[in-house]
Amino acid sequence: MLQRWASLVMAGTVKRGVSLYSFQEELFLGQMTVEDCVAFAASIGANGIEILPEQNIATFPNVSDAEVGAWQEMVARHGCELTCYDMFLDTKLRRDHVMSDDEQVESIRRDLVLCNRLGIRNMRVLVFVRPDILARCVPYAEELDVHMGVEVHAPWHIEHAWILRTVEEADRLGTRHLGLLPDMGIFMKHYPPVWRARFEREGACPEIAQFIVDQHEAKIMAEYTIYEVAVKLKGNPTEVRMAETLRHSPYSNPKRIRDYIPYFRHIQAKFYEMTPDARDPSLAYDEVIPELIAGGWDGYLSSEYEGNRWVQDVEAVDSREQVRRQHVMFERLLGETGRETA
Amino acid sequence: MFDKYLINAASVHNTGPQDAPDGFAFTAKLGYYRGLGLSMIEELTVSVGGTALAREAVRFDEGNGPLTLDQMETAFDRRWAFGTEATILVAHPGGFPAGEHKLALRQKLRVSYLPFPAFNNDEKTVAL
Repeated sequence: MLQRWASLVMAGTVKRGVSLYSFQEELFLGQMTVEDCVAFAASIGANGIEILPEQNIATFPNVSDAEVGAWQEMVARHGCELTCYDMFLDTKLRRDHVMSDDEQVESIRRDLVLCNRLGIRNMRVLVFVRPDILARCVPYAEELDVHMGVEVHAPWHIEHAWILRTVEEADRLGTRHLGLLPDMGIFMKHYPPVWRARFEREGACPEIAQFIVDQHEAKIMAEYTIYEVAVKLKGNPTEVRMAETLRHSPYSNPKRIRDYIPYFRHIQAKFYEMTPDARDPSLAYDEVIPELIAGGWDGYLSSEYEGNRWVQDVEAVDSREQVRRQHVMFERLLGETGRETA
Repeated sequence: MFDKYLINAASVHNTGPQDAPDGFAFTAKLGYYRGLGLSMIEELTVSVGGTALAREAVRFDEGNGPLTLDQMETAFDRRWAFGTEATILVAHPGGFPAGEHKLALRQKLRVSYLPFPAFNNDEKTVAL
């Protein structure tokens, strides 16, 4: 049994998990507790739990040992494990000046310590954090054995010059505790239907909405489309806002992700909508996951549902159903469907 | 992302003497997917019937005692936790006007990773 498990891991097995970010609608409205989210994740075989301490722990940053213990006990009770800690950095804490470099390092160190206390070995670092600040945090990350993964979030992409600065820092320091953390929103192959529908409800005419979708489909650079909509088509403010979303909708080349596998240990599996037959109409998971498998990557795909804000004006949000469908897709793409369970 | 859920319309009530209210209060949530330190909440603009009330008239209490918006700027050890209701107190002689009126709340947040301030807006029809 143990040998079989070990051989699976050696072969590189992509694992399935969930970020509590996915349930923000129900958590915000008090319709689910954190434990409800964990129990649900366990029920669909997504046993890796990513947390946002500033969302999920009301006493943050003064979290007691008793609270840490209660979290670990609760997660273990459901057969899950904590996979990732999403940090924030309030560089604009004060109105009159930006945090000094020393203050930034101290704030990140605070998060590394809490991450370590929770028994979590991956920390999601906001993409705007400066690579040279992170370099100064590497000794703490190594001591606490936490990997700092800079979130590769749209409109950045995996080979954006800003992202490559972090890769260069990691190489320069020869550390395995600084790297990346891809957010799958960078693989937007098709314009999300839920975005389009929301803009149409807010007053975008179907013809201009279709034009914007077609321009994205053709991968025309955003500024051309924005000018066309705003000036030539005399688009209304909603249509211009819809065109401007193209600035944040890159389709990064899925074939390049394999080259960066040494730099990331966790993935935020962003999505906006899953169809009833468990397909993502927008993000190219069917192209990315085969690359991860081929590269032997063995981290967690951590669901990050962000569709609530696009549909809450017309329907009750059902984050559980959306996450469930995404995991049906993962099982299919990971070849789990029909696999004998050990 | 949570605009339409910010104001708890059922919570609106007058404050001060019953026969001569000096203001009103209501509870609201922070329109953000995480909690935020109070020093980063730059404005809580309350409007009644489309008219914005003075910044000085507004106080905020997440449970540790009321603060003016100026005092919030240096309240570095206090946070508005995710999904929790705080009380917003408004000095307004006569209280909330009788009959049906629009109550609006605009939150201006300093979110460090955004290049611009974040704004959240909610408006509810209230009849006291």
